[in-house]
Amino acid sequence: MQELLQHIINGIGLGSIYALIALGYTMVYGVLNLINFAHSDVYMMGAFAAYYTQRFLNLKPGLMSFLIIILAAMMFCSILALTIERFAYRPLRKAPKLNILITAIGVSLFLEFSGQLIFGADPKLFPSVIEDVGLFSIIGVRFRTIDLAILAVGFLSMIVLRYIIVYTKTGRAMRAVSENTKVAGLMGIPVNRIIAITFVIGSSLAGIGSVLVGLKYPKIEPLMGMLIGLKAFVAAVLGGIGSIPGAVLGGIIMGLSEEMVVGYLSSTYRDALSFGILIIILVVRPAGLLGKSSVDKV
Amino acid sequence: MIKRPLLTFLALLVVGLAFEFSVNAYIQLTIIYVCVNMILAMSLNLVSGYTGQFSLGHAGFMAIGAYVSAFLAFHFTIFPESLNFLNFIIFGLIAGMVSGFAGWLVGTPSLRLKGDYLAIVTLGFGEIIRVVLLNLETVGGARGYYGIPGFVNYTFAGITLSRFVSGFGVSAFWLVITFFLIYRLVYSSHGRVLISVKEDEVASEAMGINVTRMKVWAFVISSFLAGIAGSLFAHYTNYLNPSTFSFNQSVNVVIMVVLGGMGSLTGSIVAAIIVTLLPELLRPLQEITGVDLRMVIYSFSLILLMILKPNGLFGQGLGHGKKSKAA
Repeated sequence: MQELLQHIINGIGLGSIYALIALGYTMVYGVLNLINFAHSDVYMMGAFAAYYTQRFLNLKPGLMSFLIIILAAMMFCSILALTIERFAYRPLRKAPKLNILITAIGVSLFLEFSGQLIFGADPKLFPSVIEDVGLFSIIGVRFRTIDLAILAVGFLSMIVLRYIIVYTKTGRAMRAVSENTKVAGLMGIPVNRIIAITFVIGSSLAGIGSVLVGLKYPKIEPLMGMLIGLKAFVAAVLGGIGSIPGAVLGGIIMGLSEEMVVGYLSSTYRDALSFGILIIILVVRPAGLLGKSSVDKV
Repeated sequence: MIKRPLLTFLALLVVGLAFEFSVNAYIQLTIIYVCVNMILAMSLNLVSGYTGQFSLGHAGFMAIGAYVSAFLAFHFTIFPESLNFLNFIIFGLIAGMVSGFAGWLVGTPSLRLKGDYLAIVTLGFGEIIRVVLLNLETVGGARGYYGIPGFVNYTFAGITLSRFVSGFGVSAFWLVITFFLIYRLVYSSHGRVLISVKEDEVASEAMGINVTRMKVWAFVISSFLAGIAGSLFAHYTNYLNPSTFSFNQSVNVVIMVVLGGMGSLTGSIVAAIIVTLLPELLRPLQEITGVDLRMVIYSFSLILLMILKPNGLFGQGLGHGKKSKAA
């Protein structure tokens, strides 16, 4: 029982990280109908931005430094995503979908290999800006600072996101664009700017996620985005791609099931699990748990 | 010549004999790689260029073909050693069927859907195949698969023909089959259906086409040919390692198709030559600079190509000459 609770806590922590990254996939898919393959590498770049910020400012462990490196990662990811959107995706807005998809792959590879060139291919140790100590325990389940930080930051950013999407004018415009880009444009919504804002929000969330992952698994390397990106994408598909609550739900389910598989079966099945989930979802309910299946109208 | 498979095959054999006496073993190996990549590029073009689906796991199917063919050659012999290239043709056929079956397994759930699910599923599939091969001890695991039976030298009347001749012969055989299979398929009514699926799924469905079936069908043929390419690779190099069949290899094939042009077989052939030879020619540059800039250059040129010349070198673009309607 105690063990199960511990696994659930860990699983939700891991799940909220997946959810943060999945949100970026799902939001961009919502407005552009594009699987943004470069998203996982933007996330990787965020981790490195945080790493170098800590090194150059020589930050001591503490809440303040934690917030500073999160901000640094968010800003770097946003600028990077804006650049990618402006120079790689925007010129292709009217091109066939396959071309944009191939461009996204190209950008992803470009970031990975430049990362290997600039940072070196060997893993780097992410700074532990929060000391990992057990804070308190309830019925034998230990709550550690890092887990709490992950949960707090993860849920806080999801609440902020929900506020932006539901209650602000920008959020409403984003929903309108993802509903129907053409009509939204006719209604006077600046579509290009909304798409850029979507990229900024999605990649900021990836930046937050990258710092949280860095704290939990403190080894960062240029190819770290590949696997977690694949899993986050599966989480987005599981929840229903294009649906924001779906991405959060999918992320949490992915995190929990992965933790359970590692805890009770074997860790070798860990990475095969996401692939299995993807196949099952595609066979049983391709629209995802919270997605609505759409019919093409001609 | 484009209408005569046998004549093309014989012409290729003459070219092969010319290479036998003119270039060294290193260049001969590169030529075999070019053939393997041509088959891979043409087969991916059937899926991406003609049917409009995007696959990122071609290396996975190649790996299945390579390992199945190697495994068969290790344990079975049908023809004696002196005729062993016939064995390799038969094993290649079986290997192709196995990877075609894998293609059916992967394609059936993911091709039912519109959109880019195939890309993600095939990407995951390629990775899984690689991980499975790394852990499969019967085929060498991470150490690699050593001592795969390969092509042999022949001596006629005092002249020794090296293993390159039979290797190139079998490669030319499959090359001709791949080219004419796809060429004739695309210009048949079935091929027209594939193109119509690419152009507009809804419209072709309205015309009574079973879109999913056609997509799966193209995908199975494509993975069958990729398996054959893998088999060729296995028997010429005599050694396989799972790391050969990484994601980069899949991307390489995609680059060939895109560079040559979607829906152009000539383009795929030319691009396969360029993409295979370029790293060999860039080798000195890499020794000077000391860093591996190749993949950075590749990926950057892929982006530039998509923005500046999205039809590739020989591509007719979408709509086969017509301008596609703005979506």
